[in-house]
Amino acid sequence: MNDVKCECGHVNPHGTVFCEACGKIHEDEEQEKKILDMRYEGSARRSQTYNKTVVDKIWNFFSSVKVGVWLIVVTLIASAIGTIFPQQMYIPPTIPPEDYYQSQYGWLGKMYYQLGFDNLYSSWWYLVLIALIGVSLVICSIDRVVPLYKALKAQRVTRHEGFLERQRVFGISNSENFNASISKARELLITRRYHVREENGDLLAEKGRFSRWGPYVNHIGLIIFLIGGMLRFVPGMYVDKVLWVREGETKVVPDTNGEYYLKNNKFILQVYDKNKDKAYQAALQSVGGTVPKNYQSNVTLYQKDGKSITGEKPKLKKVEDYAIRVNQPLSFHHYSLYQVDYKLDELDSMTFSLTNKKTGKSYGNLTVNLYDPKSKYDLGNGYYVKVLSYFPDFEFSNGQPTTKTRVPNNPAFVFKMYAPDKSKGETSFVAIRENIEPFGNNEYKMAFKAIGTKNVSGLTVRKDLTLWVIILGGILFMLGVIQGAYWNHRRIWIQRKNGKVWIAAHTNKNWYGLKMEIEMILDGTNLDMPTDQAQIEKA
Amino acid sequence: MKKRRLAIRTLILLILGAAVAYTLYANFTKDDQLKVSVGQKAPDFILKDLQGHKHRLSDYKGQGVFLNFWGTWCKPCETEMPYINNQYQKFKDKGVQVLAVNISESNVAVENFAEIHKLDFPIVIDKDGQVQAAYGIDPLPATFLIDKDGKVVKYYTGQLSEETVKDLMNEIRP
Repeated sequence: MNDVKCECGHVNPHGTVFCEACGKIHEDEEQEKKILDMRYEGSARRSQTYNKTVVDKIWNFFSSVKVGVWLIVVTLIASAIGTIFPQQMYIPPTIPPEDYYQSQYGWLGKMYYQLGFDNLYSSWWYLVLIALIGVSLVICSIDRVVPLYKALKAQRVTRHEGFLERQRVFGISNSENFNASISKARELLITRRYHVREENGDLLAEKGRFSRWGPYVNHIGLIIFLIGGMLRFVPGMYVDKVLWVREGETKVVPDTNGEYYLKNNKFILQVYDKNKDKAYQAALQSVGGTVPKNYQSNVTLYQKDGKSITGEKPKLKKVEDYAIRVNQPLSFHHYSLYQVDYKLDELDSMTFSLTNKKTGKSYGNLTVNLYDPKSKYDLGNGYYVKVLSYFPDFEFSNGQPTTKTRVPNNPAFVFKMYAPDKSKGETSFVAIRENIEPFGNNEYKMAFKAIGTKNVSGLTVRKDLTLWVIILGGILFMLGVIQGAYWNHRRIWIQRKNGKVWIAAHTNKNWYGLKMEIEMILDGTNLDMPTDQAQIEKA
Repeated sequence: MKKRRLAIRTLILLILGAAVAYTLYANFTKDDQLKVSVGQKAPDFILKDLQGHKHRLSDYKGQGVFLNFWGTWCKPCETEMPYINNQYQKFKDKGVQVLAVNISESNVAVENFAEIHKLDFPIVIDKDGQVQAAYGIDPLPATFLIDKDGKVVKYYTGQLSEETVKDLMNEIRP
């Protein structure tokens, strides 16, 4: 695999179709063509010439545009399949997915689930496909941009006859006094912003070469875009968490390393009032029912002050008060807290009265905080109540009272009631609408008085440091498209060969524009307009 | 020239391969929230037990610590608690300490639970979930085995049998 030295003296890499410098054709196949394939300037795409080691074989595989296109097609089909039925994250969480897909979509749904399409976009094979497209993009680009750059850099003004006559736009002028014509054409070329080089009376006029780099700028943008997507998986770059806070409660904001705390002061749900919001009267009437106007959490943000060991109550300093409303998040240090959900009137406390069952006389009230009941409530005058057991979310399981969760959805207590005349106490099991006396007849009971409720705000904690990378990738992508689409790389050769003037021209797109431009330049000179050999061939 | 070409290609392929491998790895580990891994030093914490005594993890240096996260609502926790208690009796004089961290429940509920199951080891309550967050624990029960140097030797999630508890305690015996 040796490099090839052209008769012009330029050394070309092995596999070059025609000389980078003078354009002399080296491949026999190309010799037979009427018009040269100018893609990548006939440069040796090395992937297609070296194929020895495993590394080369992998490289060559990814360097193929055909492979790249197939990867994209397969990914497109896979992406489309993922939209046939809803993805798992969008189905109701209360039904197990294996049942959901079958009950909703029959055997097709069952198959969809079994083949793993319910989690398609985060499945390993989908990610591998995207990654392979990225790899293909990088290698295809490197494998083309480097030889193209080298070839365009090595090109000389004077070109080989075989190169010139195989250009799509080509012609020979027999005119007499062509020295004046060439210098006139040269001036016109310069006024049309061509970069003109001269060598032994031969001309090479070139403009818009930078548009050849457009596709590669575009690919760099795409790769940065993919890197942005990849960064989401890097710890600390992207956070999307849910935070439920009860009114009055202070909670640590997740994923802030215990740095920030949030207190919920109040949750507000406002609805439109037919009588007050007159502007919407008609609309409200037609909809009927209540229409929410505002979801708002009044919160206070705290930051940890000084160091504390995990588990210790940290010292907090207030950062700010804020009213979080839909689309008006509380933002701090890359984090944003959005209002997304709420629960109204969640049980928070229960009030009982120690009552004599016969006389109905009350000996005092006690209010139990359902999130932190005390073990003893003293009512004075020798009356007191002990909490023996507490089940926040009570149920019977195997005959034993237990709790389903730690949330007080269905609180139940075992109270022991003491009175001056009952020093041993009386036991009573109290749940909602239930009052059981396990050891026979009691004299006293815990009469239910009232419940206290609180609202709960559901917030989303969001942090996204990858956004700027994705935006940068997008901008580069567009710049690359613009660069490649709105400019053309045009070259015009005007050369003396055997006492005649040979004119050849090449553009990477918009041949019509190029021909118009040549006509304008040759107008007023003795030089003949070259012909479009592709059109002649067709005709 | 050819050597350089091979070297550059190999380098680029390695970089691309590493990026792809990292992305896949990160994607498949993002769901296990666990922030403490085996071989790492267990994050220190201070929590109060039911009697109000403070327990600091680093104070147990020199002993193996059987660190169990649990809740009264969690059925497998309830099943394994008596096993842990039995083994605690046998191992407490051999340098193995049990610390049971309850996740954000009320004292009354936890006291009541401890009483029913006659638990003797110290039970601390992680009132605002700080320790849970530091260890990244989601499903309960979860057990960390910490050796005498404070390093995590093993992590176990799911219900333990008495035999397993015994084996695990043997493992962290100093």
